[in-house]
Amino acid sequence: MIEAARRAVEAATKAGAGEAEAYAAEDSGREVRVHGGAVESLTAATQRGLGVRAWIGQRVGYAYGTDLSAPGIAGLAERAAEAARVADEDEFAGAPRGVSEGDPPELALSDPTIGEWSTGQLADLALEIERAALGADARIAGVEQAVYADSTERVAIASSSGIEGEYSSSSCYGYLQALAEGEDGRETGLGFGLGRGPAALEPTAIGLEGAERALTMIGAEKPASRACPVVLDPTVAASFIGLIGRGLSAGAVQRGRSPFAGRVGEEVAGEALALHDDGLDPEGFASSPLDAEGVPRRRTTLVEAKTLRTYLYDTYTARRGDAASTGNASRAGYRSQPSVSTSNLVVAPGTLSFAELLREAGEGVLVTDVAGLHSGVNPVSGVFSVGASGRAIRDGELAEPLREFTIASDLVSMLRAVRAVGADARWVPFSGSVKTPSLLIAEMTVAGS
Amino acid sequence: MRESERGERPDRDGDRRSFGSVAIGTRAKGARVSELIDSEVAARVLSRALANGGEFAEVYAERNAGMTMAIDESRIEAVQSGAATGAGVRVISDGTTYFSHVDGLDPADIERAADEAAAALHAERSEPRPLGAVTGTPQPIAVAPAGVPAERKAALLRELDERARGAGGEITQFTASYAEAHREVCVANSEGLLAEDDRTRVRIGAQAVARRDDLVETGAETLGAHRGFELFDNDPGSIADDAARKALTLLDASPAPAGSMPVVVGGGFGGVLFHEMTGHGLEADHIQKGASVYVGKLGEQVAQPLLTAYDDGRLPNEWGSDGVDDEGVPTQKTRVIEDGRLIAYLYDGVTSRRDGVSSTGNGRRESFRHLPVPRMTNTYIAPGDAEPEAMIAEVERGFYAVSFAGGQVDPATGDFVFGVSEGYLIEGGKVTRPCRGATLIGNCLEALAAIDAVGNDFEMKTGICGKAGQRVPVGTGQGHVRIAAMTVGGTEV
Repeated sequence: MIEAARRAVEAATKAGAGEAEAYAAEDSGREVRVHGGAVESLTAATQRGLGVRAWIGQRVGYAYGTDLSAPGIAGLAERAAEAARVADEDEFAGAPRGVSEGDPPELALSDPTIGEWSTGQLADLALEIERAALGADARIAGVEQAVYADSTERVAIASSSGIEGEYSSSSCYGYLQALAEGEDGRETGLGFGLGRGPAALEPTAIGLEGAERALTMIGAEKPASRACPVVLDPTVAASFIGLIGRGLSAGAVQRGRSPFAGRVGEEVAGEALALHDDGLDPEGFASSPLDAEGVPRRRTTLVEAKTLRTYLYDTYTARRGDAASTGNASRAGYRSQPSVSTSNLVVAPGTLSFAELLREAGEGVLVTDVAGLHSGVNPVSGVFSVGASGRAIRDGELAEPLREFTIASDLVSMLRAVRAVGADARWVPFSGSVKTPSLLIAEMTVAGS
Repeated sequence: MRESERGERPDRDGDRRSFGSVAIGTRAKGARVSELIDSEVAARVLSRALANGGEFAEVYAERNAGMTMAIDESRIEAVQSGAATGAGVRVISDGTTYFSHVDGLDPADIERAADEAAAALHAERSEPRPLGAVTGTPQPIAVAPAGVPAERKAALLRELDERARGAGGEITQFTASYAEAHREVCVANSEGLLAEDDRTRVRIGAQAVARRDDLVETGAETLGAHRGFELFDNDPGSIADDAARKALTLLDASPAPAGSMPVVVGGGFGGVLFHEMTGHGLEADHIQKGASVYVGKLGEQVAQPLLTAYDDGRLPNEWGSDGVDDEGVPTQKTRVIEDGRLIAYLYDGVTSRRDGVSSTGNGRRESFRHLPVPRMTNTYIAPGDAEPEAMIAEVERGFYAVSFAGGQVDPATGDFVFGVSEGYLIEGGKVTRPCRGATLIGNCLEALAAIDAVGNDFEMKTGICGKAGQRVPVGTGQGHVRIAAMTVGGTEV
């Protein structure tokens, strides 16, 4: 891989680029989907590709492709240089510099046993997830789908400015959507788990979580509209923390598209909340020794003692913001050019058990699922109104299930209103890679009937 | 209440007068399937895919190339070009699909993918039928975007930027994007089908940010089609005006109301409501798994008789149209609701075989790396006979949702949620003040049955729909639609 990346950098220089960077990735993955006790589909595939960033003066362009033959790479490099010629000059554009901080840390990002699992064994694992849900309760009417998927990836980065690095990682996940038969219609519940390899997954726990979530919702009704304390369970809290992380990237801030712009040093959160980004967290699925442009990953404190400490930077935003890169360049594979974003976002867990957190809330609403996050949140102002479902909290205990309501606030107000955090931290992969416990928000608007 | 780009309006009873029809023709016979894959190679791949048994095999080959660029802070940036070729081979045996895909179109690699797909099977070899003639009629394209100089595309974005910034000093930021994609596909299967398609799509999007003191609001608009660069002949800059106007309007907005009330939904992108709350529930995979509220409702009255709706994958040059679907089946116009009665589901190959019916040409996939699943193409509510102004005038207190930022539905429960990007309060039969931060939530069956007026206006809009981890272009459309009661989730209790 690193060979292909080096050749691409050379080719781009030959095509007229003053500086160039290449990112090559190879990924082998398998996926099993099961339904009704039978395997619905089984996919096995390997893919590889390469993306080139070319700088001509202070103009930058990008091209990617899957043809890694010599003429393929030459054509790709040519296209990257052409793209750069179309772009306008940007005084902060330029290739990342190598950072000499010694060798990158050794991270155990791969499970070497992943390849030993046959597709038959993986199918059994997915079937076990489904069986666990179906056997949980007579009211479980079925499973929409149970899925196992894994990926083993190798990444290589090279640049004309002296960056060179390579790493491998593996990951897998299992999930299912269980269906419970209620009195007036069906309810769904999601169960999921993730790991570096299939041995880390607990199929029974995944199946039971989906069943439990679906069963809980039977007979759900709309809550009364009011402002009240709201508890977000870890899956929901993770979605919001992910959105907040987007607003903490220097890219959004510098372009005036973040509710956190101009707030470094200000109080932005309740005392109970501490948040950091850690690209080296051994448990984190976004961990890697190097970021997407070859800068070493690290841990960055974002919020502590109520105060916003810093934003997250890649090379471009660091130059523009007169700061140092925090190693937060990332990309969604070789098809996308790098941009600044979170790696693993971690909310420090508190000491309260979930039951204690509910008692602390007293009266209010527990939110276990949100919908419409991509449409219900204004990323610039942070104002949001999203669909939700969950449980009522009465006298500090869980009461009837609730559905078809919205919760509304804005991201900064919500952070400031965090009154307590639970001890039940969990990794959630839906909105970036986030680890968070349940959060108690002192007040939010709940709109139901 | 603008008319659609080309002023087209489907007839209520769906005849072909206004939209025209696209005949599915048969191309000249020849040994060569297409530029992508030789017919002999295709036959060999299918034969190897069935080497260990299976009742169906397919090879899907694709070459795609695209380009995107953006303007931000009045600077052209993020100029990017990409290209990929590859093929996917699947074998179906006893209800299980075995799938493998490769990068590149080297015959040896595709044959290896076939072997890999067949590897888990252990039955007797089955024989594919000989391949027939190539079918498929691509959408007409006048100006291939790849041939248009990049500087011209940059100039288009600069024009959008100037237009939006010309809307006033309160527009503090503006971004716009340009995207073009050319996708050639070829499908051959063991039933002798051989089809190809050549697809060109272009799309621009504009997003404006308006600021007044501490208030920040955004407005967005898009324009796209399965069409060439000629799409931009007719005042593309108007989307920048629209985006700026929406953001500025919201500066004067007050918090949205919360509670249950009548809701009038605007034309065009308002159709995303129908897409989410009904369209997804009609996709046959959801139906067959019991994960749709429309299970067992075929033939039943699910809406008032004033409602008729279609999925139509062959609307000329519409964003969600294709010549054939991604299984080589000609796209078609499917009436899903007729006078309030549910009369059809949307099928791909696998689900249609399971139900013993024909595919409705809704088997779509994001790329050769994905398995096809039943997906909508262009989905719309046919125009009714109500005047939009009258629909609003009849509402004492309600909400006017002109446009949505997006939406989401759980097909199994029917619960949905939509973020309103432009909305107003209706008071005393009049549209009064703009509202920010509104969300519509409800349940599909209830909301569909509660539609009590369909406007005589009509507009189509473009969207990108996600399902099973795959994103495909879809069109949504309708005129004004009124729902008698729906929950509006705002911040004002």
